[in-house]
Amino acid sequence: MKRTPLYEVHKSLYAKFTEFGGWEMPLQYTSIVKEHLAVRETVGLFDLSHMGEIDVEGQGANELVQKLCTNDVSRLTDGQVQYTLLCNEAGGIVDDILIYRHADNDYTLVVNAANIEKDFAWVKTHNDADAEVSDTSDDTALIALQGPRAMDVLYRFTPENLAYEIKFFQFGVSRVAGISTAISRTGYTGEIGFELYVEASDAENLWEALYLAVKEEGGQPVGLGARDTLRLEAGLRLYGMDMDENTTPLEAGLGRFVKLDKGDFIGKDVLLAQKEKGDLKKKLVGFQMLDRAVARCGYDVHQDGNVVGKVTSGAPSPSLNCNIGFASISPNTGKSIEIEIRGKLYPAKIVKVPFI
Amino acid sequence: MIPQDLKYNESHEWVKPEDDIATIGITDYAQSEIQDIVYVELPEVGTHLTHKTEFGVIESVKAAFDLYAPVSGEVIEVNESLLDTPEQVNESPYDDGWFLKIKMTDSSELDALLDADSYQAYIEAEHA
Repeated sequence: MKRTPLYEVHKSLYAKFTEFGGWEMPLQYTSIVKEHLAVRETVGLFDLSHMGEIDVEGQGANELVQKLCTNDVSRLTDGQVQYTLLCNEAGGIVDDILIYRHADNDYTLVVNAANIEKDFAWVKTHNDADAEVSDTSDDTALIALQGPRAMDVLYRFTPENLAYEIKFFQFGVSRVAGISTAISRTGYTGEIGFELYVEASDAENLWEALYLAVKEEGGQPVGLGARDTLRLEAGLRLYGMDMDENTTPLEAGLGRFVKLDKGDFIGKDVLLAQKEKGDLKKKLVGFQMLDRAVARCGYDVHQDGNVVGKVTSGAPSPSLNCNIGFASISPNTGKSIEIEIRGKLYPAKIVKVPFI
Repeated sequence: MIPQDLKYNESHEWVKPEDDIATIGITDYAQSEIQDIVYVELPEVGTHLTHKTEFGVIESVKAAFDLYAPVSGEVIEVNESLLDTPEQVNESPYDDGWFLKIKMTDSSELDALLDADSYQAYIEAEHA
């Protein structure tokens, strides 16, 4: 398994580890519930260095990213970030990513850890425009600050009022605790927060500086266990569970990130036809259990005696005190469903996401 | 601290025998590994449990864990308070967090269980 530059730091904090996308990552430091609530109430510190970074630059970069992405990259100005999908020719989702525009013809794609090699190959394969494409994942560390006190923590380490000035889905390069950092107002928790990109060799120094400040603000480090419950409550899909190459953006409920009017891109024909005909094979919905039993990924969803789909993510919600999840089900399913848990059916209702 | 007066299963349940009645729960080590317990599914009174087979499930925030019967017998009492406050298993695994009382059908099964010292050695080996 691969390890991030902060592995030894996590060990010294007595983290429990888990395998995720080929990486040995901290699952939790204290308890998932405590870490989850720290992010909702104060601030959490995350090591997300397993995420991948692919730079696309030079003549042809604009053309290449616009061909790969379902969202309209041409709408970005320098210093803006966009959530987008990469689709294959059949409209299936290759990955869901963030694209950062540094300047004209200069972008970074931030991709899921398990997909780094796949995405890098995908980008190179479609590089008819001859952009310069490089995988900088191993040289880059990513540390996130998430929660209502995230700005107060970052403010201590940045010049002027930068921490309060960067707007949602914008980024800027500055110094954080003296370390050159790309500060991005993004996250995967539903809270205000930042994702901080630094050289791998600076990761430990940045973590140590932020760690003390996070503790002083009443927060704590947060592992992937709470990251999963936080993103689920916020209604954010996880690649590999809630979507994959056999799911289109429309089937994952991500149609607003597909801009069919932007010109050609990979998968457009299929997605356009799917939208016009409305012939989704499945749809992703949020559900809430009406019982205390927990629905987990892979459990069957029933309606009127038929299996109509499967749970794709499911967990107890530490903020709501009930069990929630995403399910991929037949598009004409009604609001009341049942979920099969250990051979018994438990009632659930389809609800709007985000859950919080 | 592993209580000296209990017997232990390798799947981390404890048994407290009193005559032919056995109280069953999970160990402090098990609760600390599972953490954040949100749901406990237990059999009804009258159910017959068989040694080494599943009798219930614990759900944490992260995952579900099967429970295995350390001895055979009929369920005579269930700790109903765990339905509303499953966190008692985290807070008090040897007292308030007990699961079941069963009437043992073969108390010689107790002899095959681990005593406190053997269980201590067992979890140290598992953790190493």
